Amino acid sequence: MREKFVGQRLKRTEDPRLIKGLAHYVDDIRLPDTLHVAFLRSMYAHARITNIDTSEALKSPGVVAVYTGRDLGEKIGPVPCAGALPGLKVPDHRPLASEKVYFVGHPIAAVVAVDRYAARDAVDLIMVDYEELPVVVDPEEAAKGGPVVHQKFGDNVAYKLTAGEGDIDAALGSADHVIKQRILNQRLAPIAMEPRGVLARYLPGEEELTIWSSTQIPHLMRTQVALMIGIPENKLRVITPEVGGGFGSKLNVYGEEALLGWIAIQLGGKPIKWIETRRENMQATIHGRGQVGYIEIGCRNDGTVTGLRYNVFADLGAYHQLLTPAIPTLTGLMLSGCYKIPAIQINVTGVFTNKMATDAYRGAGRPEATYVVERAMDLVAAKLGLEVVEVRRRNFPAPDEFPFKTATGLFYDSGNYEGALSKALENADYTRLRAEQKTARENGRIVGIGVSTYVEICALGPSQAMPAGGWESATVRIEPTGKVTILTGASPHGQGQETSFAQIAADELGVAIEDITVIHGDTSIVQYGIGTFGSRATAVGGTAVFIAIQKLKEKANKIAAHLLGADAGGIAFGDGSYSMQEAEAMAGGEVPQPVVPVGQAPAGALPEPESNGKKRVTIQDVALAAHLGKELPPDTEPGLSATYFFEPKNFTFPFGTHIAVVEIDRETGDIEFQRYVAVDDCGRVINPMLVDGQVHGGIVQALGQALYEEVVYDELGQLVTGTLMDYAVPRASMIPWLELDRTETPTDVNPMGVKGVGEAGTIGATPAIVNAIVDALSPFGVTHIDMPVRPEAVWKIVNQRS
Amino acid sequence: MKKAIEINVNGATHQHEVEPRMLLVYYLRDVLGLTGTHVGCETSLCGACTVNFNGQAIKSCTMFAVQAAGGSVTTIEGMAEGGALHPVQEGFWEKHGLQCGYCTPGMIMAASQLLVRNPDPSREEIRHGLDGNLCRCTGYQHIVEAVEYAAKKGAG
Repeated sequence: MREKFVGQRLKRTEDPRLIKGLAHYVDDIRLPDTLHVAFLRSMYAHARITNIDTSEALKSPGVVAVYTGRDLGEKIGPVPCAGALPGLKVPDHRPLASEKVYFVGHPIAAVVAVDRYAARDAVDLIMVDYEELPVVVDPEEAAKGGPVVHQKFGDNVAYKLTAGEGDIDAALGSADHVIKQRILNQRLAPIAMEPRGVLARYLPGEEELTIWSSTQIPHLMRTQVALMIGIPENKLRVITPEVGGGFGSKLNVYGEEALLGWIAIQLGGKPIKWIETRRENMQATIHGRGQVGYIEIGCRNDGTVTGLRYNVFADLGAYHQLLTPAIPTLTGLMLSGCYKIPAIQINVTGVFTNKMATDAYRGAGRPEATYVVERAMDLVAAKLGLEVVEVRRRNFPAPDEFPFKTATGLFYDSGNYEGALSKALENADYTRLRAEQKTARENGRIVGIGVSTYVEICALGPSQAMPAGGWESATVRIEPTGKVTILTGASPHGQGQETSFAQIAADELGVAIEDITVIHGDTSIVQYGIGTFGSRATAVGGTAVFIAIQKLKEKANKIAAHLLGADAGGIAFGDGSYSMQEAEAMAGGEVPQPVVPVGQAPAGALPEPESNGKKRVTIQDVALAAHLGKELPPDTEPGLSATYFFEPKNFTFPFGTHIAVVEIDRETGDIEFQRYVAVDDCGRVINPMLVDGQVHGGIVQALGQALYEEVVYDELGQLVTGTLMDYAVPRASMIPWLELDRTETPTDVNPMGVKGVGEAGTIGATPAIVNAIVDALSPFGVTHIDMPVRPEAVWKIVNQRS
Repeated sequence: MKKAIEINVNGATHQHEVEPRMLLVYYLRDVLGLTGTHVGCETSLCGACTVNFNGQAIKSCTMFAVQAAGGSVTTIEGMAEGGALHPVQEGFWEKHGLQCGYCTPGMIMAASQLLVRNPDPSREEIRHGLDGNLCRCTGYQHIVEAVEYAAKKGAG
């Protein structure tokens, strides 16, 4: 038997084109005669547009057309929102503003010109008269009666939602202690390194529109954009070339995507392109998080938690993007953390503000929940004077309590929380760390240790829980020459599924990695799919690949038996070949050579499949026979291909423990990491190197939230953090060495036991870091501090309270 | 008014007439078709556009093409000489130093120049040396390992 590829640290097959600079992102696609689009965007957070004069812009050299919101009217349908909550107020959201602007960056007009410079020049010549209107920025103020964003609704409350099970009032009422804390999850900007970009081309003869877009969801985008611009869905082809990062920001349908498609049709043939600038990306690509919440946690004297209530104001921004109102519902689902909490209640007030929409940013509602729960557990420990690890242990469900039902209505598939925790404690040498901390404190140093034991919700998800379906699709086919083609409906963009899916197929089909090509992100080539987000591509999309292969092998088995002159039950598959059972026994596990070496056939001629009289045929022989169609069993369809749409029966629930050790500089308030230890359990691992990469990236984004990042609007709604100078994305020197490890608890939600790992870092790390800082500052009477924890705030605590 | 420039890019001399305001990165991308150099911010802050100009790593989004006239530019496309990967490219592949790949050409250009200045850098020196280049995917750890790999291979 050859060694399995699944589980190996295999180098990525997608890398050569990327490291040579030969890959194609949207802006790298060059079509002759391409026109360029630039947008005029609102400089005010809330204003009435009293006049727009485009006459000078139209005269500017190289300008082909200028479109305003008034030109468009209702020709393009509203930007879609899939988060249909009961009673949700939905403002009419069109690609261009016509009467009013609602946030800085709100698109007002689009200029089409011969190149990007000419388009930008003309934008400056559009004259807009604004009448400024009152602005509301703070979500709590917005909820309680500040200026109203959308006059027709009367107030800013887009929806209210209460969820959770158990008698929360009784649970808190009967608790020995109830601890309350206001807690912030600040607004963040996803900052994919590649900004958004759209290229659209219409072929008037074929009546076909092609949109190349940097998106995580090509098929869902195709459906929505076709509806928005009123063309048949099968006349729209969406191609997602290389995508330079998404993190949820490209899990959306944006007005620009529909508008470019619509303009391409109006212009009747010339391709048009829009590449977002970074400033536009900060202003008008979705933000994440944005929750102001109030925790009430009840506990007994022994540290057992009796109930948790979270009243939260969700800062939605001015409009709903695809999932805007739904994100806080994910927070509600995850409020049990990895603990037995008998009563949980979330009360969400979703509020409009004069800001860009919030939506899914890596973790999407779950980092918020984990931060709430993990801060709350530390508050309990502080209140009772208990060790933070002990409080967590006292509330864990035991491994034999799975599937574990939470008071938020979920069934956690599998877990061994103590296993991950004790491994992390061991790796960190926790007991020694605490002893060292004691000594350090005695010497006047400010050292803190933070622990977070998290669980997350991955593999999104069962279709019942997902607005547009939660399955994923795969087609696997073996071509006449024996090459394997995989079409996945997931649309990976850096996660490495071209490699990990090939690993799955190589094992299952016994073929070489080099013989497998994974294709994604082209709606004309790939069957309908959902996309890559919610840590789902491998757990759901990879499972679809796995099961499609099993289907394909059922057919291959019948053909192979026919070729060998055996019963279907009388042959066995191993190492890429079908052989007679008794022959298999005689071969004694020897690795068979391919009967027909691929590539040795005479030019232009397909080899004849070896069959009768043989005791073994390769899967490639079977594929060739299936395509030639001459030697098939009766009633067998020619061809060798299988498609499977996998519907998961549940989410998956990966978990782990993160431990951060920090030291604070008394003179400057700077926070320096001493250690960072993580043990993550994402179920079965297909490629450990890719899993480590996902965890690293997630932890660093979490670190960004904990210490550096915040989207700041001033009181007039101006975006203060409008460039990468003002918005602090972590740089290489700001990051500690990350010490990773794993436990592996499989799930029965899918046959490979894979859980998903894309968001673990952003979920587990933020509270570990903040808990470490609070622990460091606990001698100064600190029990909570809000993110991002800036040196200034820390310095004030250290120097004004000591 | 357009100006005539002559620039050596990846060993070949190019002559063009360009607008004085054309950025070097757009000259490379739009005029020469070398789209491996990316634009991430147009403000010198992200480093996606890093190329080597006269032996120095520079941000090509804040240099005009006319300023580069008479000089010599190496882009990511010029790194694999004769088809053999540069040790830094090899390191990024071996150590999983990239995910979405968008920052990667700039990272590789910055890292290779860093190794010329300091052939045997510590991890801390690598991190400081790459502070002008943002990566949102990897968390930098595998990038640091990629550069260490290249240093061991004698990339400097």
